[in-house]
Amino acid sequence: MNKPLPNTFRQGPDARGRFGQFGGRFVAETLMPLILEVERAYDEAKRDPSFMAEWRRLLTHYVGRPSPLWYAERLTKHLGGAKVYFKRDELNHTGAHKINAVLGQILLAKKMGKTRIIAETGAGQHGVATATACALMDLPCTVFMGATDVERQQPNVFRMKLLGAEVVPVTSGAATLKDAMNEGLRDWVANVHDTYYCIGTVAGPHPYPMMVRDFQSVIGEETREQMMAAEGRLPDILVAAIGGGSNAMGLFYPFLDDASVAMRGVEAAGHGIDTDQHAASLSKGRPGVLHGNRTYLLQDEYGQILEAHSISAGLDYPGIGPEHSWLHELGRVQYVSATDTEALDAFQLCSRLEGIIPALEPAHALAHVMQLAPTLPPETLIVMNMCGRGDKDIFTVAKHLGVSM
Amino acid sequence: MSSRISARFAALKAQGRGALIPFLEAYDPDPATSMAILRGFPGAGADLIEIGVPFTDPMADGPTIQRAGQRGLRAGATLAGTLAMVRDFRHEDDATPVILMGYYNPILSYGVERFCSDAAASGVDGLIVVDVPPEEADEIEPAAKANGLDLIRLVAPTTGDERLPRVLSATTGFVYYVAITGITGTRSATAEALAAAIPRIRAHTNLPIAIGFGVRTPEQAAEAATIADGAVVASALIETLAANLDEHGRAKPDAVRKVLDQVRALAEAVRGVRKAA
Repeated sequence: MNKPLPNTFRQGPDARGRFGQFGGRFVAETLMPLILEVERAYDEAKRDPSFMAEWRRLLTHYVGRPSPLWYAERLTKHLGGAKVYFKRDELNHTGAHKINAVLGQILLAKKMGKTRIIAETGAGQHGVATATACALMDLPCTVFMGATDVERQQPNVFRMKLLGAEVVPVTSGAATLKDAMNEGLRDWVANVHDTYYCIGTVAGPHPYPMMVRDFQSVIGEETREQMMAAEGRLPDILVAAIGGGSNAMGLFYPFLDDASVAMRGVEAAGHGIDTDQHAASLSKGRPGVLHGNRTYLLQDEYGQILEAHSISAGLDYPGIGPEHSWLHELGRVQYVSATDTEALDAFQLCSRLEGIIPALEPAHALAHVMQLAPTLPPETLIVMNMCGRGDKDIFTVAKHLGVSM
Repeated sequence: MSSRISARFAALKAQGRGALIPFLEAYDPDPATSMAILRGFPGAGADLIEIGVPFTDPMADGPTIQRAGQRGLRAGATLAGTLAMVRDFRHEDDATPVILMGYYNPILSYGVERFCSDAAASGVDGLIVVDVPPEEADEIEPAAKANGLDLIRLVAPTTGDERLPRVLSATTGFVYYVAITGITGTRSATAEALAAAIPRIRAHTNLPIAIGFGVRTPEQAAEAATIADGAVVASALIETLAANLDEHGRAKPDAVRKVLDQVRALAEAVRGVRKAA
């Protein structure tokens, strides 16, 4: 890295919605005016104390924030190294971090006068969160979900329907998250006049990567305060799973300018990053343009997008949020990976040692913690984002363990 | 360098009629069939030709064009292969303007400058890059300009009056008016909506305007080419091709003829209406 590092890692994006070369607004003209409208509305909302107060009220009394910071003592002893904490965002209402940004976005949609909400979902957590917020605020909600994911995430599909949302199975492509996002964008193009697209991760056209990051930053802000209270100092290493990267961005962002805090984003290595069955867009992809932004993508030599694979429906996306691409190129965050098998092992270990059944997404982060912690001295403090609970994944896991339910 | 587009629109204006712009997806369902359709277009009455470059994730296109793109990709479509088609076409037709329509990532992967230079050398006249709005124009505009390629921009019903000048100032060749808010091949705009929309754009530009998205029948094409300066027909032609594939997805013997017959009917309708020169 010959380029000088910026004074702060927290100034982005620039006026064009770029983090270095990444980000931007690569959408069809039909959407462009609405994207600009979302940007204006968000700029206004974040400066509006009553808007932010309403969001905070919902986080406290509806979501249950702040989420606890849990010292995983038995896991720490088992690993025999660094002290491991979990930021327990799986305790949020709806069972994952997604609700933090959804509530912000749905409040924004209401403020903009939009009367219909659409969303895409992979594992279903973002879909459930969006359906929940729409039920609360009395807005019709349509969730696009890859047909493959509809199959493997039945409990969440049922939840969304109970909450009054329409779930549209998407059969194009590999019928997973990427295709659900295409379908969401298509619906939006056709219904721009009354519809708000509630994006689940720190990707998509500007201002979405910034807006979702800002709302998710509540995770890192709380972690900072809680760690100061528990240990009197900042953590040494933050670890989070990366699909699009919203839970990781939310944990990392408030710490980006703290030089002493190292960060690891854990991508899904699927069957292994040396196979063609993985979702490791930073480790194995290269920069390109998809879904409205320039970022690292899994693609072939001709720029055609490749299908990603992960046991976790929330991680098998061939791209990643543009801010992560930027932090990767600057070297501020280290991006590593964990395989399906490693995640399954972590999933079981965590359940037995801590009495916490993690979602398969944070199980990837935990797999990395299991490798990392034993190599570090006991005074090292690791915080891992337990960004979702595993109820939704028990069928997938049972299948892989050969258990019929 | 790129005079084919403006020359063609000027000639049509002198004849007092609008342009028919048929679309084909490169390599759909195989290189030979799509090349035969391309070769047959001018004889069937195409005034300009639009060629779709297959992409895995065509977010502004409906299922019809998406499936055509998937067939093209399975048949080995690449950007280089699409340029080779245009090169072959130019051996026998040096007058009909050819416009490539596609998404940015394959171009980015090919290399923007190399692509623009190769495209111009192959006989391409203009580009429509669906996911590069004026806000990101500097991604491709300098290379397109340097190689004499027109950068044709989409204007949508959502493009408001305050935004129009910005979009139009970044446009050369002609303006592509997206008649509906929606994806390709789904529905059609009413004549009243078009009659209201086109003068709004004319007030800001002297460029010819072509109407696309939802133009399916000869009547709609004639209407669009009268209200504006041209009509793009895409999904309706691809549906005809798709309906004439066998169970293995191969083109039946008369598939090309059926597509070209449809172009002929569209062209006759467009030519049947005269407008003020």
